[in-house]
Amino acid sequence: MRLQARRLVMLLTGLTTSPALWAEWAFNMPEGVTDLSRSIYDLHMTIFWITVVIGVLVFGVMFWSVIFHRKSRGAKASEFHESTLVEILWTSIPFAILVVMAIPATKTLIEVYDADNADIDIKVTGYQWKWQYEYLGEDVSFFSNLSTPRDEISNARPKNPNYLLEVDEPLVVPIGKKIRFLVTGADVIHSWWVPELAVKKDAIPGFINESWAKINKPGIYRGQCAELCGKDHGFMPVVVDARTQEDYESWLQEKREEAAKIRELTQKDWTMSELMAKGEEVYNKVCVACHQLNGQGLPPMFPALKGAEMAVKREMIDDHINIVLYGKKGTAMQAFKDQLSEVDIAAVVTYERNAWGNNTGEMITPKDILDYKKDGKYTGRHSQENAKEAK
Amino acid sequence: MANENQGAGADEGTYYVPAQSKWPIVATVGLFLTLVGAGMMMNSMSAQTSDATGHYVFFAGSLIMAWMLFGWFGDVIRESRAGLYSAQMDRSFRWGMGWFIFSEVMFFAAFFGTLFFIRFFAVPWLGGEGDKGVSQMLWPGFEAQWPLMTNPDPEAFPGPRELVNPWTLPLINTILLVTSSVTCTKAHHALVADNRSSTKTWLMLTLILGFVFLVVQGYEYYHAYHELGLTLNSGIYGSTFFMLTGFHGAHVTLGAIMLTIMYIRIAKGHFTARNHFGFEAAAWYWHFVDVVWIGLFLFVYIL
Amino acid sequence: MSDHHHGPEKGLMRWVLTTNHKDIGSMYMWFSFAMFLLGGSMAMVIRAELFQPGLQIVEPNFFNQMTTMHGLIMVFGAVMPAFVGLANWMIPMMIGAPDMALPRMNNWSFWILPFAFALMVSTLFMEGGGPNFGWTFYAPLSTDYAPPSTTFFIFAVHMMGVSSIMGAINVIATILNLRAPGMTLMKMPLFVWTWLITAYLLIAVMPVLAGAVTMMLMDIHFGTAFFNAGGGGDPVLFQHVFWFFGHPEVYIMILPAFGIVSAIIPAFSRKPLFGYTSMVYAVASIAFLSFIVWAHHMFTVGIPLVGEIFFMYATMLIAVPTGVKVFNWIATMFRGSLSFETPMLFSVAFVVLFTIGGFSGLMLSIAPADFQYHDTYFVVAHFHYVLVPGAIFAIFAGTYYWLPKWTGHMYDTALSKVHFWMSFIGMNLTFFPMHFVGLAGMPRRIPDYNMQFADFNMISSIGGFMFGVTQLLFLFIVIKCVRGGEKAEAKPWEGAHGLEWMVPSPAPYHTFTTPPDVK
Ligand code: HEA
Ligand code: HEA
Ligand code: HEC
Ligand code: CUA
Ligand SMILES: [Cu+2]
Repeated sequence: MRLQARRLVMLLTGLTTSPALWAEWAFNMPEGVTDLSRSIYDLHMTIFWITVVIGVLVFGVMFWSVIFHRKSRGAKASEFHESTLVEILWTSIPFAILVVMAIPATKTLIEVYDADNADIDIKVTGYQWKWQYEYLGEDVSFFSNLSTPRDEISNARPKNPNYLLEVDEPLVVPIGKKIRFLVTGADVIHSWWVPELAVKKDAIPGFINESWAKINKPGIYRGQCAELCGKDHGFMPVVVDARTQEDYESWLQEKREEAAKIRELTQKDWTMSELMAKGEEVYNKVCVACHQLNGQGLPPMFPALKGAEMAVKREMIDDHINIVLYGKKGTAMQAFKDQLSEVDIAAVVTYERNAWGNNTGEMITPKDILDYKKDGKYTGRHSQENAKEAK
Repeated sequence: MANENQGAGADEGTYYVPAQSKWPIVATVGLFLTLVGAGMMMNSMSAQTSDATGHYVFFAGSLIMAWMLFGWFGDVIRESRAGLYSAQMDRSFRWGMGWFIFSEVMFFAAFFGTLFFIRFFAVPWLGGEGDKGVSQMLWPGFEAQWPLMTNPDPEAFPGPRELVNPWTLPLINTILLVTSSVTCTKAHHALVADNRSSTKTWLMLTLILGFVFLVVQGYEYYHAYHELGLTLNSGIYGSTFFMLTGFHGAHVTLGAIMLTIMYIRIAKGHFTARNHFGFEAAAWYWHFVDVVWIGLFLFVYIL
Repeated sequence: MSDHHHGPEKGLMRWVLTTNHKDIGSMYMWFSFAMFLLGGSMAMVIRAELFQPGLQIVEPNFFNQMTTMHGLIMVFGAVMPAFVGLANWMIPMMIGAPDMALPRMNNWSFWILPFAFALMVSTLFMEGGGPNFGWTFYAPLSTDYAPPSTTFFIFAVHMMGVSSIMGAINVIATILNLRAPGMTLMKMPLFVWTWLITAYLLIAVMPVLAGAVTMMLMDIHFGTAFFNAGGGGDPVLFQHVFWFFGHPEVYIMILPAFGIVSAIIPAFSRKPLFGYTSMVYAVASIAFLSFIVWAHHMFTVGIPLVGEIFFMYATMLIAVPTGVKVFNWIATMFRGSLSFETPMLFSVAFVVLFTIGGFSGLMLSIAPADFQYHDTYFVVAHFHYVLVPGAIFAIFAGTYYWLPKWTGHMYDTALSKVHFWMSFIGMNLTFFPMHFVGLAGMPRRIPDYNMQFADFNMISSIGGFMFGVTQLLFLFIVIKCVRGGEKAEAKPWEGAHGLEWMVPSPAPYHTFTTPPDVK
C-alpha cells in the first residue's frame, strides 16, 4: 500500500508539474523495429494530429459559443436554422480529409499483405496457453511457456521488470531477413502480437494466416496473446529474440544437438524417484494451468486427476497414456505427443499415478511410451519394477 | 378497411387501448419455462445423464404457452368481432405482421449468408485455393468441392455417402408448396368474393398440400439419416442442409397451424368479405415460407 | 374492457398487467437502472482487480466472467432498455398518440427482459460458472470450450432478441400509424426519427444474432460443424455473423442518444435546431452504412486484402454523416442564448466526449493502424467514450429533461449539477488513461499486467470508483423527485418545443385520447 501511495503522489505531481516525467511511462504506440512498424506509427501519428486539429477547430467554435453566447451575459438568440451551403461544405470537407487519410493507409496495408518471397518460414501455433514455433524445413520446433514464477503473480515475491512478459524459450530469429509467420491455433482463437514488429495476427484453429516482418535491430521484443482464449489468456506472452545471422545460426545448431540429447535420454534406464522428480517438474510447468497444483482440477471444466479413475485404476493405464499423448478432441485437453518428449510423458504419467495420494506404485518408463506410440498398447515391458509381473 | 360490424368507439380518431391483460405475463412465464426446460434437456443429453426434470419443465412451459395462445388470440378475436378495432388499428396490425415477417427474413438471411460464406470462402481456403489457401497445410489430402462429401477431418466428421437427389422428393415438395401458395390465394379471392364454401375448399386444399409437404420432408430426413449417411454430424454440408431445411420445416408447421385456425374461424363464420386481416396475415406468412423454400431448392439442393 | 378511461390500478398487478405506455416506460427505466448498477458493480470488480498488478481479488476465470457479464448487461440490460423506456414514455406524447400501437405486446416485450436477465445472471451460479468468453462470445471458445451454462446463456439471448424485435415493431407501428393529423414525417421531433431508424436496425439485426447463437447451440449439442474447420466450417464465420449484428448494434445504442441531444440543445440555446433535414438524412446514412462496415472488428482475422480495403473505406465514411450531426449541434448553439441547466450540461459534455470517442473510432478504422490497436485498451477507451459519455450521458440528459414531465416535480437542481460534475471528472479519469495503456501495449480482457501499465491503471480504477459512487447520487435525486418536490409547470424549460410540453405535468395517464392539432 505504501508503495502505491508513493506512486500515486509521484504520478499526480508528474501529471501536474513536469511533462518530462511523462517519458518514464510508455503512453504511445512504439515506433518499432521494422520499416512497416515505422510506417504504421507515422500513420497513427498523422491521423491523430488530424483529429486533434479538427477537434480544436470544432470545440473552439463550441466553447466560444458556450462562453460568449450565454443567456446570463444577455445574449439574444438568432433565428437562423438552415443553410444548404454550409451543409454541403461540412459534408465535403471531411470527405476530402478522409480521402487524404485513405491514401497512405491503403499503401501501408498493401505492404502488410505482401508476405511473398520470404527467407524464413515459421509456423506459429497458439495453444491454451502457450505458443509453438516450428521452423519449416529446419526440423526445429519447440514450445514457449510463460516463465514468470507463480509467487510473483500471487504477490508473494516482488515482480521483476519483465513480469508476465517472459518465457522459457523465446522465438529466435535473424535480423535483416524477411520472416514469414504462418499463424494458426490448435484449440481456440489466439492472436500473435509483438508491438515492436507491428505484427498482430489471429491464430484461427483449422486455418492459417500469413504475416511477416523484417527486423532492423537486434534485441528482445515482447508481446502478448491478444485474443481472449480462456482462463489464462493474460498469461501467454510472446518473446522474440532477434539476433545477427551468425548468432542465429549457432543457436539453430544448438537446438539440433539438444534434440539428439533428448533422444538419448529416452534410452536411459530411469528410476522411480528420477521419474517422479522429472514428472513433478513437467506437471507444474505444463499441466498445472488446468489440473491445478494438487491435481484437484477446476471441475467441471477441468477434471481432477487426484483420485481420478484413469489415474488410479491399473487397467486404465492405456487410457491414461492415450489421453496425454493424443488429447481429447474438442476439449481443452490437447495432444502432448509433439509438445513433450517421451521422457516427459513417462515422467508426468508416473507422477500423476503416484502423487497426491494416487499411490499406485506403478512406473511408466520412456521406452514404454515409445512402444505405446508404435503399438498403441501399454505392456510395461521396460519398467524394472513391473518387469516380473508382466507376462 | 372498415370493421366487420362497426361498433361504438371504432371510428377514426379514437384508438382502442386494451385494458390490463394477463396474457403477456403468462406468455413470459411460458416462454421462460419452455426454454429453461429445453436447455436442461440439451445439457443432460450432452452430458449423457438421464435427468428428466428438464422434460417436465419443458412440458409445463409448452402447456402454458398453448393456453396463452388460445387465450390471447381469443381476446383479440372477440375484440375484433365486437367491433372495437378501427381502420387505424387494422393498419397497426398490418405493420406489425409485415415487420415480423421481415425479421423472419433476416433470420433466414443469417443461414443463407452462412451457406454462401462456407461455399465461396471457407471450403475453398481449406482446400488450398484463394487468399487463405496456405491453410491446406493443416489438412493434407483434403480437396475442396461442393457438396462436401469428404470433410477435412473425416474421423470427427464422416462425410455423407450420398446426397438427396433434387429431382425426386425435393422437386415434388417444390411443386406441393408452390401449388399451395396458389390455392391459398384462391381461397383469399373466394373470401373476398364472399364465397364461403369455395374458400373452405381452397383452404382445405392448401392445408393438405402443406401437411403432405411435411410428411415428405420427414420421410426425406429419415432417408437421409438411414440410407444416405447424411446427418447433422456429417460436416458442414449436413449442418447447413439440416439447419436450413429444418428451420424452414418448423416455419411450415407454424404456418400450417395458423391456416388451420383460419379454417376453423371461417367454418365458424368469422370474417367478412372486407375484413379478414387474420386470414391475410396467415396467408402472408404462408407465401413467405414458400419463397424461402424456392431459395432452399435453388441453393441447397440444385446448385 | 372500456375502463381504459380510468386512472391506473393499484398494487403490484398494476405493473404486471399494465398496457399503459407510461407504466411500461417507467418499468423499462427502473429495470435499466438496476442493470446499470449490476453491470457497474461488475465493472467495479474488474477495476478493483486491475487496481495494481498481480492477482489479488478474483481468479482469472471469474475475472473473465465479470468482463463478459459486464459487457452483456450494460449493452442489453442497461442501454437498450433505457432507450426503449424513453421511447415508450416520449414517442406517444411527441406524436400526439393515445398510447403505443400494440399495448399488450408492449407489456410482453418488457416482462421478457427481467426473466431473460434472471436466466443469464443465474448462469454465474451454475456448475462451471457463467459465460467467460467475452460479450462477443467468439467460437470455438463459446462452443466446444465453453462451460455447460452456455446453453442457458444462448436461450437468454434468444429471449432478449424476442423482446427487442417486438419492442421495435411496436415503435414502428406507433410512429408510422399513430401520428396526430398534421404531424407529417418531416415535422416529427428528431428523437422520434432516430427511434424509427433504430427500430428498423433492431428488426434487421436481432434475428441475425438469434441465428448466430442458434448455430452455436447446434455446434454444442447436435454435432454440427458451423464453426469447426474439421467439418468444413470456419470459426471466423461466427465473427462475420456476430458483427453483422454487432456493428449496427452499437448504432442502436447511439442513435436515440442523438435524438435526445437534438431535443435538448435547441431548448437551452433558445434557437431552433440547425439543419433538421440534414440531421434526418445523416441518421439514415449512418444506419445504412452500419450494415456494410462490420468487418472493421475483424481486421486481424485475415480477411483478403480487397475486403480489408472495402471495410476500411466504408467505416471511414461514417465520420461524414456523424460529423454533420456534430456540426449541426454546434451551429444550433452558435449565436444562441445559452443556459446550462443539468440536461444541457450533459448534452454539451456528450457532444465533446462523444466526438473524442468518434475520433478514436476513426483511428481504429485505419486497418493497418488497427493491427496495433486491436484488442488493446485503446479499443476499450474508444467504446467507453462513445458509450458512457455518449449513450449513458444522453440517458441522464433525457431523464433530467423529462423528469419534471413524468413526476410533476422539479428535481434538486444543485445536487444534479454535483452529479454531472462528479460523473464528468470520474468518467474522464477512468477512461482517458486507457488510451495510453492501450497504445503502450496492454491487451484487453486480462486480469493481470506488467508494471509499466500500473500507474495509469490505478488512475483508471480510482476514476471508476468515483464515477460509480456518483451514480448512487443519481438514484437518490430521482427517488427524491418521484416522492415530492417543487411543483413543475407544464413547460418547465422556457426554450423547449414539442407536444409533450402542451399537457400538464405530470402527464395524465392517457395523454391524447383524442389527437391534438398540429400546425
Ligand atoms: C455507441 C457505440 C459506438 C459508436 C457510436 C462507435 C462509433 C465508431 N466506431 Fe466503434 N466500437 C464500439 C462502439 C461504438 N463505436 C464498441 C462497443 C466497440 C468494441 C466492440 C468489442 O470488440 O467489444 C467498437 C470498436 C470499434 C472498432 C474495432 C476496433 C478493434 O476491435 O480493433 C472500430 C474500427 O474501425 C470502430 C470504429 C468506429 C467508427 C469509425 C465510429 C464512427 O461512427 C465515429 C464517427 C464520429 C466521429 C469521427 C466524430 C465526429 C465527426 C466529426 C467532428 C467530423 C469530422 C471528422 C473527421 C473527418 C475525422 N469501433
Ligand atoms: C454501455 C455500455 C457500458 C458501460 C456504461 C460501461 C461502464 C463501465 N465500464 Fe465497461 N465495457 C462495456 C460496456 C460498458 N461499460 C463493454 C461492451 C465491454 C467489453 C466486454 C468484453 O470485453 O467482452 C466493457 C469492458 C470494460 C472493461 C475492460 C475489461 C477487460 O477487458 O477485461 C473495463 C475495465 O476497466 C470496463 C470498465 C467500466 C467502468 C469502470 C464503467 C463505469 O462507467 C460503470 C459505472 C457504474 C457503476 C459503478 C454502478 C453504480 C454504482 C454502484 C452499484 C455502487 C457501487 C459502487 C462502488 C462500490 C464504487 N469496462
Ligand atoms: C489447457 C488445459 C489442459 C492442460 C494444459 C492439460 N489438461 Fe488434461 N484435461 C483437460 C481437460 C479439459 C480434460 C477433460 C477432457 C474430457 O472432457 O474428457 C483433461 C483430462 C485429462 C485426463 C483424464 C482425466 C479423466 O479423469 O478423464 C488426464 C489423465 C489428463 N488430462 C492429464 C493431463 C496431463 C498429464 C497434462 C500435462 C502434460 C494435462 N492433462 C494438461 C485440460 C488440460
Ligand atoms: Cu491465447 Cu489469448
Ligand atoms: Cu463497429
